Amino acid sequence: MHPALTLSVSFWSDQFVNGLTTGSIYALIALGYTMVYGVLKMINFAHGEVFMLGSFAGYGALVVMGGNDLSGPVIALAILGAIIVAMAASVSASVVIERLAYRPLRNAPRLAPLISAIGVSIFLQYLVLEQTSARAKFYPDIFPRGSLSAGPFEITYIQLFLIASSVAMMALLYAIIQRTRLGRAIRAVAENPTNASLMGVDVNRTIVVVFILGAAMAGVAGVLYGLFFQTIRGSMGFIPGIKAFTAAVLGGIGSIPGAMAGGYVLGLAETVGRELLNELPGVSLGNQWRDVIAFTLLVTILIFRPTGIFAQRSTTRA
Amino acid sequence: MPLLEVRDLRAGYGAIIAVKGISLDVNEGEIVTLIGSNGAGKSTTLRAISGVIRPRGGQVTFAGQRIDRLQPHAIVRLGLSHVPEGRGIFHSLSVYENLLMGAYTRDDAIQADLERVYHLFPRLKERLDQPGGTLSGGEQQMLAIGRALMARPRLLLLDEPSMGLSPVLVETIFETIQAIRREGATVLLVEQNALMALEIADRAYVIESGEITLSGTGPALSRDDAVRRAYLGEA
Ligand SMILES: Nc1ncnc2c1ncn2[C@@H]1O[C@H](COP(=O)(O)OP(=O)(O)O)[C@@H](O)[C@H]1O
Ligand SMILES: [Mg+2]
Repeated sequence: MHPALTLSVSFWSDQFVNGLTTGSIYALIALGYTMVYGVLKMINFAHGEVFMLGSFAGYGALVVMGGNDLSGPVIALAILGAIIVAMAASVSASVVIERLAYRPLRNAPRLAPLISAIGVSIFLQYLVLEQTSARAKFYPDIFPRGSLSAGPFEITYIQLFLIASSVAMMALLYAIIQRTRLGRAIRAVAENPTNASLMGVDVNRTIVVVFILGAAMAGVAGVLYGLFFQTIRGSMGFIPGIKAFTAAVLGGIGSIPGAMAGGYVLGLAETVGRELLNELPGVSLGNQWRDVIAFTLLVTILIFRPTGIFAQRSTTRA
Repeated sequence: MPLLEVRDLRAGYGAIIAVKGISLDVNEGEIVTLIGSNGAGKSTTLRAISGVIRPRGGQVTFAGQRIDRLQPHAIVRLGLSHVPEGRGIFHSLSVYENLLMGAYTRDDAIQADLERVYHLFPRLKERLDQPGGTLSGGEQQMLAIGRALMARPRLLLLDEPSMGLSPVLVETIFETIQAIRREGATVLLVEQNALMALEIADRAYVIESGEITLSGTGPALSRDDAVRRAYLGEA
């Protein structure tokens, strides 16, 4: 019990900002799960590793560009470069995974691609662990320190950058899905691939595009994660991957706005929710309880509301 | 040379052989109908032509080009549009987005085509922003046909457009099919409603258990005794 904290407004506003920060990462990754599920009705369990690969690629790019020696305005360019390299790496990995591990199983029983996905996930995780001798890497500590305050809210520059760029990426993705010809084709394929093909949509190509969009979001998330938490390792994709999957399920798997909202709900539930539980007499939950909260939510939702907390109609996939 | 030439087409599902070597022709500017009872293989024939299922054998030639190995999205681009059984409306897309999906293969201006669809089906224009799934059956059929027209097809395959519609709506749909033909498109019409189909068709084929058993001009078949007994409800 820490009664001193409960009275502090700034404590709760910090928890809120922290929740938005992790929520942004979950939301970005969750989009890949939900979009692939939308078109293939399959959970791409290798998506956490696509995020991990992006994080490592971004790390490599930053190191090549000067690492901790970077200073001044060049840092902004380096981060942009790292994000682009990470997106490229995640996208390439995802396209290869789709082609080699999922497409050959397109007409197989539903369990087959799922097992294939878990296999790819383990393979990539251990590949990177092996290449790094299972040691952590540390993102260059280049992001300007400092923070902004507004009322009771205090937000560090890195948190602000992380949340703002996540929201910007999601807005861009949402606009693509809702407003463009490509987005319409994706929604049409998600609803009915055969009918979409009768409109002239190349279904296989569209599925690849969906993997590309999801992987691009995961690549961005990888760099943001690295800049914020600094420590990355080959196994880093697992927990955020499952959390993001939880977020996608929370929001109703297949739904794009649902995945975004689910990411933030989960981020806030883990941080603010844990501290609220700590307010109960005799309860004192450490940091590890964040995972317990997330997975309790996952199981509860799967049992009682498998269509997600916002579900209205089961056919809406956008 | 016919616009569509089907030779010895065979198709099926798993162990089921639904279409057992049928041949038919559709000439430019015609309305041709394929009639037959439920389960005869009409929809399967259309699916094999448009590439939704891969033919097991035989040849399909459209506008002089073999299409029996092509994927459906490639066939649409050649000018062959298939309105499937059940209409195939995207329920989560708006009516307007459904029409845009119809024009997916096009990169020229489509405004005139939209106007033409609104003119044929004024009810669609009132419902442009509604999700396709909220339309009535008749409106969905109008949308399905209007959407197919957005591709400016040379050949339109229609699978039971009258299914589930009130007699008044059936009348409207059949008038539209004739209007579409007058504007230059060719139509292959599959129907269980043989009476109406034979009335507007130039030529007709009768399919039974996956085989063509009769063919002739529309008027001739509607006078045929066997056809009258089997499909026009006469004893
Ligand atoms: N998707 C399918 N899977 C398996 N069998 C099918 C399928 N669709 C149709 N069939 C079978 O193929 C035969 C022909 O069906 P179909 O072409 O739909 O006939 P029609 O359109 O003339 O009513 C029937 O025996 C039907 O049961
Ligand atoms: Mg049928």
